[in-house]
Formats: sequence, structure tokens, C-alpha cells
Amino acid sequence: MSILKIKNLSFAYESDIILEDINLSINERDFLAIIGPNGGGKSTLLKLILGINGYKSGDIKIFNQAPSRSIEDIGYVPQNTNINTAFPIRVIDVVLMGHSNNKFFKFGYSKDEKNLALDVLDKVGMRDYSKSKIGSLSGGQRQRVMIARALCSNPKILILDEPTANIDANGQKKIYELLKELNKSITIIVVSHDISVILGYASKVAHINKTLTFHNIEDKKRDINRDDKHFCEVEMLEMLGSCRC
Amino acid sequence: MLEILSYEFIQNAIIAGILVSFASGIIGSLIVVNRMVFLTGGIAHTSYGGIGIAVYLGLPIFFGATIFAIASALLLAFLTLRERDNMDTIIGLIWAVGMAIGIIFIDLSKGYSVDLMSYLFGSILAVSSSDLIYITILLVIITLSVVIFYREILAVSYDIEYASLRGVNVKFFYSLILVLSALTVVIAIKIVGLILVIALLTIPVYIAQSLANSLGVMMIISAILSSIFTLVGLYISYNYDISSGATIILVSALSLMIFLFINFLIRAKNGI
Ligand SMILES: Nc1ncnc2c1ncn2[C@@H]1O[C@H](COP(=O)(O)OP(=O)(O)O)[C@@H](O)[C@H]1O
Ligand SMILES: [Mg+2]
Repeated sequence: MSILKIKNLSFAYESDIILEDINLSINERDFLAIIGPNGGGKSTLLKLILGINGYKSGDIKIFNQAPSRSIEDIGYVPQNTNINTAFPIRVIDVVLMGHSNNKFFKFGYSKDEKNLALDVLDKVGMRDYSKSKIGSLSGGQRQRVMIARALCSNPKILILDEPTANIDANGQKKIYELLKELNKSITIIVVSHDISVILGYASKVAHINKTLTFHNIEDKKRDINRDDKHFCEVEMLEMLGSCRC
Repeated sequence: MLEILSYEFIQNAIIAGILVSFASGIIGSLIVVNRMVFLTGGIAHTSYGGIGIAVYLGLPIFFGATIFAIASALLLAFLTLRERDNMDTIIGLIWAVGMAIGIIFIDLSKGYSVDLMSYLFGSILAVSSSDLIYITILLVIITLSVVIFYREILAVSYDIEYASLRGVNVKFFYSLILVLSALTVVIAIKIVGLILVIALLTIPVYIAQSLANSLGVMMIISAILSSIFTLVGLYISYNYDISSGATIILVSALSLMIFLFINFLIRAKNGI
């Protein structure tokens, strides 16, 4: 069943068109990798899905609702989570911010909200660090905390914008393994530059450079497996390259 | 040394110093983590326009400065939320226009120049009992706002885009932070004056930032450090009969340098 549907979406910040006639449909428990050159419009598309940017032409439906209506259903890990590391804040306090704030104001956090935050920290393997200052963590650890923050509202879709940029190979692998685990129950959309890595995890790939080119690599993986009896990333890349529609 | 404590103006100065230190510790922390130092400088200098108009109209000067500071805070909140890219230009413009308005209205008010220096450089030794009441009321408003809205203020300060996604009314709380900064600036002007207010709001905070692991703790450490610097500065300035505002700032700056030096030694020793 399709849970995210984008139809004929075009977008411009000012006069330059950033995204043109985008069509995309995502099913439950898909693992979509978004690839493409810098400035191609990947982050912009995510912000449209999240309702941060408004759009004038085309349509986006998430669980049949307009983007900003689905706050609770979507978890988001923004690009550049390495900024603001001097901010005096503990890991647990960052994660708590993932809870929705649907009233005008809430006085502190409830016991339930605190327990949930500790649970998601456990899930990403960072519970032992709950009282550490966020600035004292490594890039990979900090990224897992941001994933925990995104998981706080029990989202059905998790959206990550370049979660492994500037993270060492070991940290990257941990993050992708975590996403694979989460994908058992959550739909994942991730922007990534590590094409060869992401292909091992993704079920679908969207290449974005103003326009969107879609590849269902589950089918392709199956094709390759049938031919060669093994999965080869180089062949994958070639196939993606050759079908430049 | 103890007999100086029996003078009422000294008592008022000490109480005012501590009250203002608490306001500046709490709000200075917010200003630094939100990277609003320049923005607050703009509000401080714009409030001079309010002082000039109040003098011209014969209104209470504290009151005039407060109204003008709040108005400029709201204007800056509105403009900087819309025009993030041109923020520096907008702040610089409002900063200069506010000062210019103040200077011209003072010119128009015949025979007024004596007290003006005290707004530029502070006059902690001239705090009256009614000033104390006014400072107390503002401190209560500031503290209550921060305590009640701590969750939202923290969220907006740490990551404004994410806070907005979680449903926080970021426009309201961003504006609130600026208005609270404006109130703090107004009472801090009384102690160290317009020229030095930013130093009072930020120096203790820089020390607290590296010691604290949460915003709340940072606020408390800043408030305590600020109180100590203010009282030590006050004592020295009284003994040597030198300007109190400038002395307080120099005591703070010297403490910051000593702190950074000790930090440096510790790091060098640990080989980092
Ligand atoms: N807030 C903005 N205002 C104007 N232009 C923007 C803004 N954000 C991004 N852009 C422009 O939109 C284009 C796409 O950016 P982005 O979506 O961040 O690309 P990607 O994430 O694929 O690197 C770039 O040319 C960028 O300069
Ligand atoms: Mg991007």
C-alpha cells in the first residue's frame, strides 16, 4: 500500500526551478535511497515532504494527508547535525525534543515522555550516554542520538538527510545496520552519497537532479542474482547508469 | 570596610548588583546560545532612542527605555525571522537609527546633559529605592517566563527548525527571548551603562558555558559569577574612586582570561 505519494510536484525558492515534475510513490517498509549531485534538490524535496517548505504546484500526500498534518507520523534527521556542539545540553534533553509539542506550551516532560526517550536511546545503543554533553560525543554517536530524537514520536516514516556525511567507515556501518534493523517496522527514506554502501541496504533508489529518476532495485537485485548467483555492487551501479531514462 | 555597608546607597548598589546579575546570568545565557549577541547590542543601543524621547517628553527615563527596547525587540524579531540572510544589515541599521533618535531628542531638550553619562556608563551608586522595585519586577517577569516556558525556550534555542516541526510556536518564543533580552538590557544599563552592557551579559556566560551540561545550570553559574564580579568590581571602584561600570567589566574580563589560561594549562598537561 502506498503511504507517501508525490504527484507532478514542482518547486522554486525564488525564480530558479529546483524541482520539476516530481512523481514518487513509497510503500510501507520501503527503504528508499535518494542520491544525486550537490545542489540537485534532495534536501529541498525532504523539506517539502516535511512541510517545512510550502509548494504551489503538484501534490504531496502522506497517509492521505497534507504534509504538515502528519507531524507525529514522520521522524526527521536533518543534514549537518554537527553544528551547535558548544551548546550545553545533555543527550537525553536533545532526545526529549523529539516529542511533539502540540499545545501552546508544556511544563517540562512527563514520566512517560522521559521513559520513551530512554527506550529509543536504548534502541540506537546510546542509553549509557544519556547524561553526557552532546558536544563530547563523536560524529557517529551524535548522529545516533539524532536518530533517537526522530524516533521519539513513534514515527511510521523515518527521513534522514545525509546521516553519514563526515562519519568514519565504522560509524557509517553502525548507522546503516541500525537503519536496517529499524526498517523491520518503519519506512526509511535516506539521502546518501555513499552509493556503493546504500545499495546494499536500499530497496528503491531515486536519483534527483532537478528531475527524479526512479529505480526499483529489488527487481534488479533479483535479476542479478538469477544471472550470477551473487550480488555485485559494481554491476548494480552499471545497471543504474545504463538505464538513464 | 564594614561601615561602608551602612550607607543606604551602598546597600541599594549591592542589592541592585545581585538582582541585575541574576537577570543577566539567565538571559545572557540565552543570548549566547542563540547567537544573538549582536542582536542584543542592537536592542541596547536602540533603547537610547527611548531615553532621548523620555527626556524630551519628561517621562520616567527607565520607562521610556523599556518601551523603546521592547518595541525594537519585536521589530527585530519580525525582521530577522523573515530576512535571515540580511540580518546583520538590518541590525546595524536599527542600531544606528535608535542612537540617532536619542541624540537628537536630547539636543532638543534644552539644558539636559548631566545625567546622560550615567546611561552610557552606568550608575550603580545612584540606584534609588524605586529603581530597586522596578528592577525586582522585571527580574520576576524574566525568571517566571524562563521557568514556565523552559521546554519551549530550550527547543527553540537548540534547533529552531526542528522545534517548529514538533509544533512549537517558534515565532512567539523567538520573539519572547528577544523581549526578555530587551528587559534585561534596560536594567543592566543602570549598572554598567549602554556601552558595556553586552560585556556584562556575555563574559560570565562564556565561563559558564564550558562548565555547565545544561542550559539551566549554565544560567545559575552565570548568575553567581556575575554577582561575584559585580560585587568585587563595586568594592574596588568604591575604594579607588573609579568608574563602577568599567571596573565591573574589567574584573569580569580579567577573570575570563584567568579561566581561559587555567583551561589552557589543564589541556596542555593532559596533552590535548
Ligand atoms: N532556503 C533556500 N533559499 C534559496 N535557495 C535555496 C535554499 N535552500 C537551497 N537552495 C538552493 O536550492 C538548490 C537545491 O538545494 P538542496 O535541496 O539543498 O540540494 P541537495 O540537498 O541536493 O544538495 C541549490 O541550488 C540551493 O542553492
Ligand atoms: Mg542536502
